[in-house]
Amino acid sequence: MLYNAYSSNPAMKPPPFKYIAAESVEHALEQMAEYGDAAKLLAGGQSLIPAMNFRVLQPSVLIDLNPIGDLEYIRRSDDGALVVGAMTRQRDLERSSHVERITPLLFEAMPHIAHPQIRTRGTLGGSLAHADPAAELPVIAITSGAAMKATGPSGDRWIEAKDFFQGMFSTALEPEEILVEVTFPARKPHTGWSFEETSRRRGDYGMMGVAVEVELDEGGSVKEARLVYMNAGDGPIEAEKAAALLRGQRPTQEVFAAAAAEAADNEIDPMGSVHASIDFQRHLARVLTARVLAKAYARAQSS
Amino acid sequence: METHAISLTVNGQTYNGDVEPRMLLSDYLRHELGLTGTRVGCEHGVCGACTVLFDGQPVRSCLMLAIQTDGHELSTVEGLASSTDDLHPLQEAFWDAHGLQCGFCTPGFLMTLVPFLAENPQPTEREIREAISGNLCRCTGYQNIVEAVRLAAERMRE
Repeated sequence: MLYNAYSSNPAMKPPPFKYIAAESVEHALEQMAEYGDAAKLLAGGQSLIPAMNFRVLQPSVLIDLNPIGDLEYIRRSDDGALVVGAMTRQRDLERSSHVERITPLLFEAMPHIAHPQIRTRGTLGGSLAHADPAAELPVIAITSGAAMKATGPSGDRWIEAKDFFQGMFSTALEPEEILVEVTFPARKPHTGWSFEETSRRRGDYGMMGVAVEVELDEGGSVKEARLVYMNAGDGPIEAEKAAALLRGQRPTQEVFAAAAAEAADNEIDPMGSVHASIDFQRHLARVLTARVLAKAYARAQSS
Repeated sequence: METHAISLTVNGQTYNGDVEPRMLLSDYLRHELGLTGTRVGCEHGVCGACTVLFDGQPVRSCLMLAIQTDGHELSTVEGLASSTDDLHPLQEAFWDAHGLQCGFCTPGFLMTLVPFLAENPQPTEREIREAISGNLCRCTGYQNIVEAVRLAAERMRE
């Protein structure tokens, strides 16, 4: 009945490892303490498993967080913030009315993250902790002022998104810590948002992408602006000089164009690839920035 | 060699086995359960040929470990039809609209599209193209696949 032709000599992609199904966050922390650097945490596995299939990563212990059901939740807090468990699937964020209402920027970015078959497994926390410079979620986290809750042997601590990402695949998480929760603050009034990316095909890595949040003052001038770029350097890149050019200005096409040029020409540091040269990436940044600023401004006016 | 006992349901049938933790779900389905309808293409989550349903949701079986399916329900392309005379409407439509040539990618397309059409019975062409953006076909181009989905959706609404 069973077809076992290969099982006596299976062609296994990943190298051998010890597998531990975490029963709780506490259990996972204990296992991390025991195995130290030899262990890797497995969240959705949509980046880690390919890396293991290629044998780029060869952890000798894999601690699977998937059996811990209580890290999967999407809630609205009493002060109106969005509170998300780290193991929440991207597909659930994409379909959440809480996300749509509280963090429309996140909602707008979700369909751009890989393909449906990836988002059903991929998690919010996994993507943030992986910190791929070409990923959408780190950019959205910084733009919307999210905060990450890490838990470790000495208890919990909160890390602001802007301090969380520390370059290529690096975060402020200590080796013995687990990212357990992410909060996105309630959106302020007179605030607009937008996210755009350009990829060769829906779901492919974005050649360039930018998220923006713009807050207007009573008189309709820009009070606060934040622009963050993906695939534009060794991590999510915040264009602070471009934001400074916007602050205090009445929004016009010229002001948007100046900010876009500042960010695209001077602040981002794209690396180029076979699909997009550095010049083309800068060009995309300029075009997308002007586009997201116009859209965010229109939304801020009507909110 | 470390092995773990697992018990899972595939297409309504329960299977019990011992797996090495590093055994991918795609390899387990094909080599241990003999369900070779699930195809293995790129093995790093790009081509979509290994798409199966995990608790009703489409996933890439090359990006999951077999051990993670313990206690869960899977559906593969073998579960879509009981015989060639009793094809799923999507399979019929792929046949009628010439949505395949070599057929290697077809199971992945079908398992991606079954939950898609269940959720969205009247998709636009753009929605269909986005739904299949994670599945690669190297023979037909996508024109006839999109046409097959449209045809299946139309028939399934009747």
